[in-house]
Amino acid sequence: MMRTVDDALVAFAAEIGTDGAVAVEGARTRWDRGGAPVAGTRIVQAPRGVVEHRPEEMTVRVRAGTTVADLEAVLSPAGQRSALPDRGGTVGGALAVGENHLDLGTRRTVRESLLEVRYVSAEGRVVTGGGPTVKNVSGFDLPRLFVGSLGTLGCIAEVVLRVNPVPAASRWLRCADADPLRVHAMLWRPACVVGDGSVTWVHLEGHAVDVEAQIASLGAGWEDVDGPPPLPPHRWSVPTGEVGDPAPRPPGRFVASYGVGILFADEPQPPRPLPAAVAAISVRMKENFDPTGRLNPGRTP
Amino acid sequence: MLKRLRHVIARDGRDADPVVRALRAALAADRVRDDAAERSLLAHDASVYPGGLSGPVCFPISAGEVQAIMAIAAEHGRGVVPRGAGTGLAGGAIPLGAPIVVVMTKMNRILSVDTDARVAWVEPGVVNLDLSRALPGHHFAPDPSSQQVCTIGGNVATNSGGPHCLAEGVTNAHVLAMEVVTTAGELVMLGGLDPEPAGLDLRGAFIGGEGMLGIATKIAVRITPDPPSVRTLLLAFESISQAADTVGAIIAAGIVPAALEVMDQRITVAVENFVSAGYPTDAGAVLLAEVDGLPGGTAADAEAIAAVGRANGATSVRIAADDTERALLWKGRKTAFGAIAQVKPDYYLHDTVVPRSRLAEVLAQVYEIAERHDLVVMNVFHAGDGNLHPILAYDAREPGILDRVHAAGREIVEASLAVGGVLSGEHGIGVEKQDLMSQMFSPDDLDHQARLRRAFDPFCRANPGKVLPSSHSCADIAALRSVPTDVWG
Ligand SMILES: Cc1cc2nc3c(=O)[nH]c(=O)nc-3n(C[C@H](O)[C@H](O)[C@H](O)COP(=O)(O)OP(=O)(O)OC[C@H]3O[C@@H](n4cnc5c(N)ncnc54)[C@H](O)[C@@H]3O)c2cc1C
Repeated sequence: MMRTVDDALVAFAAEIGTDGAVAVEGARTRWDRGGAPVAGTRIVQAPRGVVEHRPEEMTVRVRAGTTVADLEAVLSPAGQRSALPDRGGTVGGALAVGENHLDLGTRRTVRESLLEVRYVSAEGRVVTGGGPTVKNVSGFDLPRLFVGSLGTLGCIAEVVLRVNPVPAASRWLRCADADPLRVHAMLWRPACVVGDGSVTWVHLEGHAVDVEAQIASLGAGWEDVDGPPPLPPHRWSVPTGEVGDPAPRPPGRFVASYGVGILFADEPQPPRPLPAAVAAISVRMKENFDPTGRLNPGRTP
Repeated sequence: MLKRLRHVIARDGRDADPVVRALRAALAADRVRDDAAERSLLAHDASVYPGGLSGPVCFPISAGEVQAIMAIAAEHGRGVVPRGAGTGLAGGAIPLGAPIVVVMTKMNRILSVDTDARVAWVEPGVVNLDLSRALPGHHFAPDPSSQQVCTIGGNVATNSGGPHCLAEGVTNAHVLAMEVVTTAGELVMLGGLDPEPAGLDLRGAFIGGEGMLGIATKIAVRITPDPPSVRTLLLAFESISQAADTVGAIIAAGIVPAALEVMDQRITVAVENFVSAGYPTDAGAVLLAEVDGLPGGTAADAEAIAAVGRANGATSVRIAADDTERALLWKGRKTAFGAIAQVKPDYYLHDTVVPRSRLAEVLAQVYEIAERHDLVVMNVFHAGDGNLHPILAYDAREPGILDRVHAAGREIVEASLAVGGVLSGEHGIGVEKQDLMSQMFSPDDLDHQARLRRAFDPFCRANPGKVLPSSHSCADIAALRSVPTDVWG
């Protein structure tokens, strides 16, 4: 069954048109990611609104300009939530940036949650990749390619996301004297274990009995807290196994997510140049999707 | 086709052609085969599709050798088809246009295992189950029913699923990085061991590429600790629609089980004859449900699933008392395909996905379609994902039967698409559903899939002629036509 395109998408495609530099603006919470758009770039906004939430399918169809907060407000009465981090931004922005939620252990990755993507191409056409079901291998995987692509391959207009039940219990704890790596290894799927080099925080989610039992297994010295420590502004991605090492730690203050490999730091991560052969594929990808270079010029994922 | 085959067979024993000579110089001579028997064996996979035409067959043992093969293919303008165990069901590994067939099964070492960082590096020829067996206390989560034979490379190329992918996610969620040889002969590392690697997610785009984006030569997989507690239930129902509705009701109750598998009466009876797993043969359908995690939650979820089942008409609910009973229940599910032989000698295993809420309705249509074509249909499927696997059982000796099988198969796809489903949940498109792609995707959609493909393989040399309908498959068709007819057919 060929899928229909609604008026909001048609209008968005018309606005993007077929020529001139164009970039989609979300809430500008991570606007500096990958560089600034070149001068003269026309700024557009993706359509808003949750089109259809289907709790029994664990899916939601949502337009990219919707804020993550508005999306969660629609999901939560049905006891569900998305994998997207809510930093005040939009659904499209969260996908285009591709950063995961701090509670990666229970939310799972953003890239896994994207089932179908609809975007406006450099030619001004509405293109659909993927499909609306939780499982699908029909053709090449455009949704994966779009997560983290910073709007350089197409303007994300509407997506279908997999959503998950909100766990019954959720507890944050803190301990001044615990080895975060050991804590991460002994717990079964904690939502996250973070530490700043001296204090360790743990987020446990799940059935209440299990959460209680896990807290008991942690031993003495843990106290309840409201949430994670304040996170330094910059995000470093390092091999999971290296978070425990002092070596790759950024200078200054940091908060590390153990078992995951994300470090929040005061300073930005130094550029991570791509090996030449990988860069060559990426350049061809960009040229194939945006032959005239009109999509978000100035930015590189 | 027959004439072509005879022609090829007649050539045997003559001087090897230049491609074979070059391959033999690059690899050990005994790992390049061009005898008719081997070539015709590797012209098929586990699908019901008539075989293609295979060129020389190579068994590389290193990425360097794969690079050399690519260079030779480029020089001689030949296609290259990567191949794992050949268990694919969509014809993905069938060689079209006499390409070089690159069998990856000799690259089957587990290179390293780091249980602290939860990552293992493996070669693509490692058999799925062998990997899990080599990881004490851990496993590789994607568990296709073919896991005793299929390879990790094949899993990556088809983005395989399996019974436990409902909660755990399919292959794409369990691959961190991959070393790939491109058709330009370059060795590239896609993805990385860090959670958010720089650049575009080329690893994500490669997975599910059905061998058309390059050849994976080394793979970093995420390994999963075994769950502390597992509960397995078998629920019996009078009708398959009650079983299907129970699946939706379990999810609606906020439970995401590790697995939810449905088997209809015909397959249940066949399985019971085979392994005596204790399945109720008088039930219209059975639902195998599994929950895992911490003990409190699994106990509560198992109770809740039993209650939902009873509310939806379950006539019996059995909770496996111990690991032995649990293994027996799964043995029933895992031998389902083998048990079909009691009903008919051949079968066509279909694969579509529908929204869970439409399962019962589409299943009713599947039975109706099979009846109309006078075919025996059996259903055993990953119900939690809405992933249908109708099995059309037949006897290939019956004249005209395959036409009826394909006609029914096509109608099942159409019924699935009509309720908002998709063409394939885990077998992929290959040659099987190539011409159905335009029923799900617009010309623009297909054009963009072709762009993704060309970014990896501008030469269209990797597994030419698959997945995309011919009007969208770049130079593939030209490449297939350009095969010199006097060389390999
Ligand atoms: C009885 C039975 C049950 C099955 N159950 C399931 C199931 O539950 N879930 C499921 O997902 N599938 C299932 N399958 C299908 C099949 O087993 C999977 O698709 C499997 O992943 C294929 O692996 P393989 O090694 O046999 O690959 P092959 O069949 O050899 O190849 C499949 C595709 O992968 C490509 N390929 C292989 N190796 C590489 C490589 N190294 N680099 C690049 N491309 C490569 C090939 O070109 C081809 O396109 C089943 C099949 C059978 C026969």
